[in-house]
Amino acid sequence: MTDTRKPVESLLTDYDIFEPSFVANPYPGYSEIRESECPIAHTDRYQGSWLPTRYEDVVALAQEYEVFTSRGILVMPPPPGQAEGAYGGVAAPPITSDPPDHHWHRRLILPVFAPQAVAKYEQSTRDLCNALIDEFIDKGTADAAADYAQHIPVRVISNMLGVPLDMEETFTGWVRGVLENMHDMELRKRSRLAIIEYFLAQVEDRKTNPRENDLISELMNTEVEGKKVPIEYVLGVCNLMLVAGIDTTWSAIGSVMWHMAQHPEHRKQLRENDDLWPTAIEELLRVYAPVTMARIVDRDIEFQGCPMKAGDRVLMAFPAANRDPRQFENPDEVILDREHNRHVAFGSGIHRCAGSNLARLEVRIALQTWLERIPEFELVDPATVTWAGGQVHGPRSCMVKF
Amino acid sequence: MKVSVDMGSCHGHQMCAIAAPEVFGSDELGNATVLIDGDIPAELEGKARRAEANCPERAIIISE
Ligand code: HEM
Ligand code: SF4
Repeated sequence: MTDTRKPVESLLTDYDIFEPSFVANPYPGYSEIRESECPIAHTDRYQGSWLPTRYEDVVALAQEYEVFTSRGILVMPPPPGQAEGAYGGVAAPPITSDPPDHHWHRRLILPVFAPQAVAKYEQSTRDLCNALIDEFIDKGTADAAADYAQHIPVRVISNMLGVPLDMEETFTGWVRGVLENMHDMELRKRSRLAIIEYFLAQVEDRKTNPRENDLISELMNTEVEGKKVPIEYVLGVCNLMLVAGIDTTWSAIGSVMWHMAQHPEHRKQLRENDDLWPTAIEELLRVYAPVTMARIVDRDIEFQGCPMKAGDRVLMAFPAANRDPRQFENPDEVILDREHNRHVAFGSGIHRCAGSNLARLEVRIALQTWLERIPEFELVDPATVTWAGGQVHGPRSCMVKF
Repeated sequence: MKVSVDMGSCHGHQMCAIAAPEVFGSDELGNATVLIDGDIPAELEGKARRAEANCPERAIIISE
């Protein structure tokens, strides 16, 4: 397929986060914007947005939730006829919620993702990774993204929600329809509606066949101020679990695998020093932060000299912030024992990723299990690695041999 | 040296507990707790400082 988009004239005034070379490797572009006299770029594409790239600016924006609201978090406006974020009253709480509701929308799910609570998924995640490796270890080659990374988060989430594992491919398709092919409005709309209809059926089924110990049932039985939470909230959280918990984590795992395939010295360091793992995972998340989220400006405001108007979109480029040399020494280098690392791969402020402890666990177990069984491996051909980008960045095909 | 956490700014990144698991823990919501009452033992001071330097919300307060 040839690319018919109009060539980018200047990154500062015309950036295009869906342009193929930017999708494959956004870092030089981020750096060009960040080090220019105008570190907050603007584009008219996709109905317009701003792109702050300095750590300080991204964090400041994230803290100002009254001005930079979360009623829209995607770079593209919703398809015609659909309300911002909401689909028949179903949004994606708490990520699309603003205070005051954001508080209880977030509060209710936090206990599920606390470090103590996610620890119970460690063994099942390890088993799952081992089962995936069993499928290809004798072949001497595998797609570390499509045969491995892609299958991990979707199965972990299905398990948590209490839905059948055979939905894996369908879920993956829906999530990609919402997040990766955002400019295909029809596909995006269809994918969103399919997610909601699916979970509506799951809720109905639990009304007649009550279950225990799955997140959907727990949410259905939760009360706020003496009343059961509204069904839109339950459906919204399920929706968010798919769109926030799958593509993001699989992208992170994929990038980590891609990195490790090219860095035998890092594999060796990890093999020889168990204590290195916690900081190593944070460092890999800093460098390969997959997620960029949008905000909608609530009222006209000048931010760092930029005249932002009510309704404008602002892209919180967490991946760009994480490589700002003002905040991180040698920002493009992976330093597994980096001492000072206030990275914002999981965002900052009130919307900071609620699932981060689960995400870390998945990334760590995925890499640990792989390295135990396949200590030495390399890319088959760097030129054939393909990437998804836009708001979630990670490899979609990454052939390795061992 | 003493440490405390400003609970208004803490949003549960848990990077403090990753840097200094002997000093910081997590409550049932995943926000930070301080595990040591009073003075931080000398051998943990370095780790506590490292935790402070890794908190994205700058929620950790160190007092000498
Ligand atoms: C490496 C993987 C992941 C990354 C990089 C990531 C990143 C992020 C970021 C940057 C935000 C902030 C959004 C904003 O400011 O608008 C966020 C929010 C969120 N994430 Fe994640 N995420 C990951 C995995 C997960 C997983 C596995 C789950 C759950 C299953 C999850 C659940 C959430 C939720 C519920 C929010 C919304 C919190 C709120 O608005 O209060 N994430 N994530
Ligand atoms: S790193 Fe900071 S924000 Fe995160 S849990 Fe610790 S104190 Fe709270």
